[in-house]
This record gives sequence, structure tokens and C-alpha cells, in this order.
Amino acid sequence: MIKLENISFDHCIKCTVCTIYCPVARATHHFPGPKQSGPDMERLRIKSPGLLDDSLKYCTNCKRCEIACPSNVKIADLIQSSKWRYFRKAFRVRDFFLARTDLMGGVATRASFLVNFFIKLFPVKFFLDRFMKIPSERRFPRYAQGTFRAWYKKHRKEQEAFAEKAVYFHGCYVNYNNHDLGKDVVTVLNAMNVGVIVTDEKCCGVPLIANGYIDKARKNALFNIESLARSASESGARIVSASSSCSFALKHEYPNLLELDNSAIFDGLDYITRFIHERFEKGNVPAMGPVPVRAAYHSPCHLERMGGVMNTIEVLKKIPGLELTILHSECCGIAGTYGFKKEYYKVAQKVGDELFKRIERANPEIVITDCETCKWQIEMSTPYRVEHPVTVLARAIDGKKL
Amino acid sequence: MKRIETEAIVIGGGATGAGTLRDLSLRGVRAVLIEKSDIASGTTGRNHGLLHSGTRYAVNDLESARECIRENKILKKIARHCIEDTGGLFVTLPEDDPSYHGKLIEHCKYAGIRCEEVSVQEALRIEPNLNPNILAALRVPDGTIDPFRLTSANVLDAQERGATVLTHTGVSGIIREGDRAIGVRCRDRRTGVELEVFGGIIVNASGVWGQEICASAGIALRMFPSKGSMVIIDYRINNVVVNRCRVPSDGDIIVPGDTVSLIGTTSKKVEYDKIDEITVDEDEIATLLESGEKLIPNVSRTRVLRAYCGVRPLIAVSGEMDGREISRGIVLIDHERRDSVGGLITIAGGKLMTYRLMAEMAADLACAKLKVRKKCRTQKTALPGSERKLDQAKSVKFFTGIPNSVVGSTLYRHGQRIRNILHREKRNYGLICECEMVTEGEIEYALKKLNVKDIVDLRRRTRIGMGPCQGQLCAYRAAGLFVKYDSATSAESNKMLVDFLEERWKGIKPVLWGDALREVEFCYWIYQGLFGLGDVRFPEEGEDR
Repeated sequence: MIKLENISFDHCIKCTVCTIYCPVARATHHFPGPKQSGPDMERLRIKSPGLLDDSLKYCTNCKRCEIACPSNVKIADLIQSSKWRYFRKAFRVRDFFLARTDLMGGVATRASFLVNFFIKLFPVKFFLDRFMKIPSERRFPRYAQGTFRAWYKKHRKEQEAFAEKAVYFHGCYVNYNNHDLGKDVVTVLNAMNVGVIVTDEKCCGVPLIANGYIDKARKNALFNIESLARSASESGARIVSASSSCSFALKHEYPNLLELDNSAIFDGLDYITRFIHERFEKGNVPAMGPVPVRAAYHSPCHLERMGGVMNTIEVLKKIPGLELTILHSECCGIAGTYGFKKEYYKVAQKVGDELFKRIERANPEIVITDCETCKWQIEMSTPYRVEHPVTVLARAIDGKKL
Repeated sequence: MKRIETEAIVIGGGATGAGTLRDLSLRGVRAVLIEKSDIASGTTGRNHGLLHSGTRYAVNDLESARECIRENKILKKIARHCIEDTGGLFVTLPEDDPSYHGKLIEHCKYAGIRCEEVSVQEALRIEPNLNPNILAALRVPDGTIDPFRLTSANVLDAQERGATVLTHTGVSGIIREGDRAIGVRCRDRRTGVELEVFGGIIVNASGVWGQEICASAGIALRMFPSKGSMVIIDYRINNVVVNRCRVPSDGDIIVPGDTVSLIGTTSKKVEYDKIDEITVDEDEIATLLESGEKLIPNVSRTRVLRAYCGVRPLIAVSGEMDGREISRGIVLIDHERRDSVGGLITIAGGKLMTYRLMAEMAADLACAKLKVRKKCRTQKTALPGSERKLDQAKSVKFFTGIPNSVVGSTLYRHGQRIRNILHREKRNYGLICECEMVTEGEIEYALKKLNVKDIVDLRRRTRIGMGPCQGQLCAYRAAGLFVKYDSATSAESNKMLVDFLEERWKGIKPVLWGDALREVEFCYWIYQGLFGLGDVRFPEEGEDR
């Protein structure tokens, strides 16, 4: 059945501007571009699924095509859904584990120093490269000891004392890899007299969607919608997320790609810099000390798709002493788990090449970006440290060294 | 003046003419085909491409129904690559007379058509986009047939067996010697060269235009042209032929044809002197879309690509001018008997479905006149490209490295001849038409083997420019390839480009709203704004080229 919601391909007038803006089509001739893989091929796939081309697997789902499209065609959604509608799903150990960030995190954080140590060893890298097809050049994010949730439990009482509260969707990265970012969110929101509520949550589903585990992604999505909506309505709070891709998934991938009703959380959900910027505008600006750092800001693709880049930039501009260069909008190439796969690694690095060069030319001390996977990619491919805008803001508030 | 001697002359390059040419060639008769435009450019190419099961005729015209189901079974064997065995449904809507359903089942039994009743749920499973409010459904062995491919394959086979094909060559008169027609005078419309073709028998298979041919031999033959219009939907909104179960009327069928769906048809009388200038009327489009939406609700939400119309060649059997004498069946006229003019026979009426049967009848009579004693073999001999069953998976494997969509589409269009088109080594699979996956290799093949003289001809062989963009991205690339493969000079290719875009424009004009309008604006911006094509001056007709 051709669902009416999915016939946006019918509006494509073949102007090809999406292909011009596609970072993958620019990096490899194996990918014929979003126009060809999306609206053009959709007509053929409707005619006969046998006409499906493997080449659409190269799509990173960065959504830049959808930003470029003047006809409002959901190009990346078309390509993503074709991946799981038409490809016969063969079980791959690597994809299974890459997709389950919460499972991996749950295990790794119990003995993070061991995991962090082993993952760097040559034989382990060799094994992953040869048998799991995870390129040995790829650097893994470090796991933290324990979870952010465990830390939060100890501070729950004091957070619940605040009059205004926000429900914080921390995501897997904060929970398992980077507690500091979560703590920074708490610092910043507290400084603005907003308490932080953490409720039950599962992986937002981005890696599951990318690896074709749609049923599991739907299950997680339903859980998250229910849990966040309940928690938000109990405390009358807004929902925030400090991960651009998580918030994009919660807000847009759930209804458009997973075809789920997320109206219960849609209006109350913000990417964190929007939440902060709104309050800044109303005069709720916390006291900030100078952060005398030369920084380059990279805007992640999914934040661009949401139209949230301006909020981050406006918030950063309020930090005294911060010398900010806004980098030309480019994709870093990692696209979540995409850059962890051997078959796409070279493409991912080539996509990011332009960004890396531009960072170099900007000659910053640090790079600022909203997305954790962009952070891994830039830290691996350039000599610069990457920080989240909220972290920079927290340093301005608590006066610690960045 | 150029002069050609042959045994048989066939006038008209539609399905019937091409079929007759092939039939004669299979019997070893040397033949020449003369077509004033391109093969399948007339009525043949202007229908909805339905492979009739005969169910549509079962109640009103049992004889036609029987012919249809017989030919249906033959075509499924000999023309595999021109046919898609989609199956069909006859659905009863709430406002339709429910008794027609039972009547249809009964008459299908008489005609020998396998027609089974299916539940509404089953019908919705077979075709999920169907209107869920239908009351009843029948399943019939309908399918789709591509008239361009079918005709082209017939011509190709005939040419490979030694026949000559003259396209873009108009017949200006029948040459008579006493009471016999001995040849035709014609003129190449592109170069202006006059030539005469002489043969022992002339088969007039020019359909509705047969009236003029006969008139030029001094014979009165009256055609009753009736116009049928159709609209094309951007993509396949159905994968099964959907018919409305009622007395035949306007807009009661939606056929999935290749990558698109077609809503057909209307029926309107037209004057004979207007047959070359018919256009689709506004009320016809309204009727078609309204009725189409009742069968498949999605129609209202999708882009209409274009609208077109054709002329049905209904013929007066006895020479009487009374409307009641009009036959929808096949009419074979031996003018020696009827009008005492020897050497000329006319085959007319019928349908695309029965083209092979018509060709057989015409060739039988022609051979009798030529005293050739060979039996017809067309019911058993597969068309070029359809020799074996089409196996997409096998072809995809054979052409590893070429995208599935390219291999699948090329196989769909050319059957086994795909091996003459794609080569892994030559890397000739670069896309020219991105909507319909037409490659450079396919265009090269069409230019060299399939009597292609301009881009409009090329479209009929390959589907170039038939997708949503209607030639916007592929037309100029194709024009360039004409020059690359020495089929045209660069000035000629520019002229072709203009003609092709005008031809596309003609079909889009009646449906100019929504996305089709935006598409056309963009196309205009490219060709006029960017290329300035409207300002290119071409030598006038008759001026030295």
C-alpha cells in the first residue's frame, strides 16, 4: 500500500539541488545522490522492489538534502525507509552491537578502564577490523565508570526542590561516556533557577534506525514518548535534550520515519540551546565570568535540519571573552555509526575532509559543536579538543578552567 | 526518382502493419513497410496499453471477447517482454448496478474467460490502493502490453528477416495500371526525396487513415473516427489492472503501465477531416479524474503527468454510410472483389489485442494473391527479445557492477536483447534519462537498430522523457548523442530538441496545475532561460538544409 504521507516524492521537480548539497555524492561516485536514490528510485521501487539499488546504503541520513529541497520532499526519509522496507535483513554481529548503544554502555561502564584499555590494543583492533569490519583507524569514545543516572540519583532531592523544572533526556552518550556534560547541563539550568528531572528513558533510536532495527526503534520510541510525556505533565516542565541527534529523532524521526504519534511531547520538546536562548531573551541570564578562548563552531547536520543553529550561536555569543568563528556548514562525515563501518570509513573521512581543512584554517584553541558523534569525528581527524556549547557555558558560570 | 521493387507493400506502421510485415517476412515474402510518421505513432501508441482478457467485451460482443482471450494467451508466449501479467480486477462501486456483476460472470463462461469471484478483503489484498468501499470484485486475466515495444519488436524481427522499413515517408498516391494497383508513390518527409515502390500486392493497414489511401486509388471507404482520451499518473498507483464493473462507459479503467498508471478512456465522435488535429478536452479530463478517484482514492492526491488522445478506426462494412453498419470487429477487404481494383487489400477495425490475428488474416489473403503457399507462424514464433522467459535475478547477476535498476529496466524494455545493449566493459550504462533509467548504451542500440530518426522516435523505443520531468534533464543529453553516433548533424539535433519539447508540451498543456505546472516552469527556465532555445533559428521547410 502506498501511504499518502509517503508520497512527497511526487512533488520532486528534478531540480537536483539536493544532489548538489549532498556531502556523500560529492565524496564518492558510488552514491548517485539523493534525487536518484530517493524520489527517482521510489517510483521504480513501487513498480518492482527488484529494481532496488544497493547504492542507497551510502546515504548517511544527514538530511542536508531535505534542507535544500524547494519542494518539501522527504528525501532522506524515503531513502532510510527504503533501506529497511526492501533490503532483506541479514544478521550482522557488528550492526547489532553498534545499534545497541544502551546495551553496550550498560556493560562497558561496569569495567570501563578495562574496556578503554583493551579497545586500544593492536590485537583487538586487528580482530575488530578483520572480523567485525570496524576499521582499525577508528578511535572509540571512552567509556566512563558508572552511569550518569547513578550520579543523578544522589542529587535528585535538591533538583526537585526547584520551582521551575525541565525534564532532561540525557541520551546514551551522557549516561555511559560523558557524565561531565550531564553535570554541566545541571550546572547551567540550576544557574538559571531551573531544576533538572531525569526520568526513565531508552536509546532514542538513531543508531537502531541507521542499522535497520526498526521494530526495536519503534519500541524504544513508544517507551520514550510515554515516559517523557508522563514526567513532563506531572511536573509541568518542558523537555530538553543536549544531543542534537537525540532531540531530532524524538521530534522529527518518530513521526516521519517511524510513523508514530509524538504529539504528546512534540510541543514541549526543545534542543537545549533553544530552551536556554528563550530564557536569555527574557532576561534570565546567569552571572558569567570570561572564557578567554578562541573557538570554532561547527553546526551538526541534524541541528541544521531542526533549524536550531541560531540558538546555539546566540547563546555562545553571550559568553564573555569567547572568540568565536562560525565554520561554513559542512558535514563531518561520521553520521553516527556510519563512520564505524569499514565499507564506509573512507567515504566518511572524505566527506569530513572539507570541514577538517576549514577548522585548521580557523586556527582555534577548541572546537565547539552540539553533537557527540561530530565531536568524536573531529577529535579523531584533527588535533583539536571538542566541547559542547553547554560545557562552555557551564565554565563561564562556575569559573572553572575550560 | 528512386524506385524500389518488392513483392508486398504494407502501408502503415502501427501494430497491424508491423505485424503484417513480420508475418509476410516469416513466410519468406519480401516486403516494404511505409509509414508517414514513426512506427506506433498513430492509434497503436495512443491507447491505455491494456492486455485485454476480453472480459470488457464479454457482455456486449462475445465474438470480440473470444478473440481477445485467444490472442491474450498467444501474446503471453510470443511477446513476453512487451507484456506484464499483472492480473485484473472488476470492482462494483456502491453506485453501480449490482446485477452487471453476475451477468459478467455468466458471459465470461460463454467466452471461455477464467473469471473468479473474490471477496472484498481479498481484492484489497491484491490491490491495497483500491477504494475500500467496493461491494464486489472479480478477478480476470487482464494484463498490460506496451504498444511501442510490441510494434518495434515486430518491425525488428521483419527487418532481420530481410524486410525494408521506410518511416517518416508519406504515401502520396497509389499507382494504378488499368484495374490493378501496382505500387505507391511516396515522399520522405524529412529529406523531401520522392520515391516509387512497386509490388505484387499492397496491404493497406493504415487504420483510420486508410480512407485517404483508398481514396487515392479511387475507392470509397468510409471510416467513423471516434476519439478516446486518457490521463497519465506520475507513478504506479496500482499494480493490478482495475476495471469498473458496469456497462462500458467513460473513465472505468486504471492500467498500470511500466512506471506509471493510466486512467482511460472516453469516447467522442470526431469529424474525419479533424483526425490529425484532435486534442483532449477539459471535460474529458474532469470525467477521467473523477471516475478514477472513485476506483483508487489516491488519484486525487497524485500528480497528473499528461493527457493524450487517439482515434479509434471504426469502419463501415458494406460501404453504406449508415451508423448502424459500423463494426468494431476486424474488417478485411479484398478490393478486387469489392471494387474491382486488383492488388490492394485493406485490413482495418479490430484492436491492439488482435493485431496478430489481423496480420495473419491480411497476410493469408496477400499470400493467396501472390500464390505463396506458406502457413502463418506468428502464433508460435517469439518476438526478438522474448525467446526465453525473462529472469531478472539472472540478468542482475550477469551484469554485476551495473545498478539493478538499470539492468531491470533495460531487461523490462528489451527482453533478451539486453545482451546487445549493456556491456560491463564498455561502461555504456551512464544514465541519460534519470526518471526511466535509459542509458547511453540503450540509446546507441536504438539509434543503430530500431529505426530512430528523432528524439520523439527514441522516446517510443526507450521511454526517454516519459517520466515525471518529461524530458527536462534527458532531452538535451539525447540530442547530443544523436550527433555522437552520427545520426544527426548538430543543427538537426537542435531542431529535434525543439520538436521533442513541443511534443512533450502538447501533452502537459491540458493538465497544467500543481506539480506538473512547477515542473514545466522549471523546464522552461532551463531550455529558454539558460539555453535560449527559443531564439535559435532553423532553416525553413524547403530551404536548403
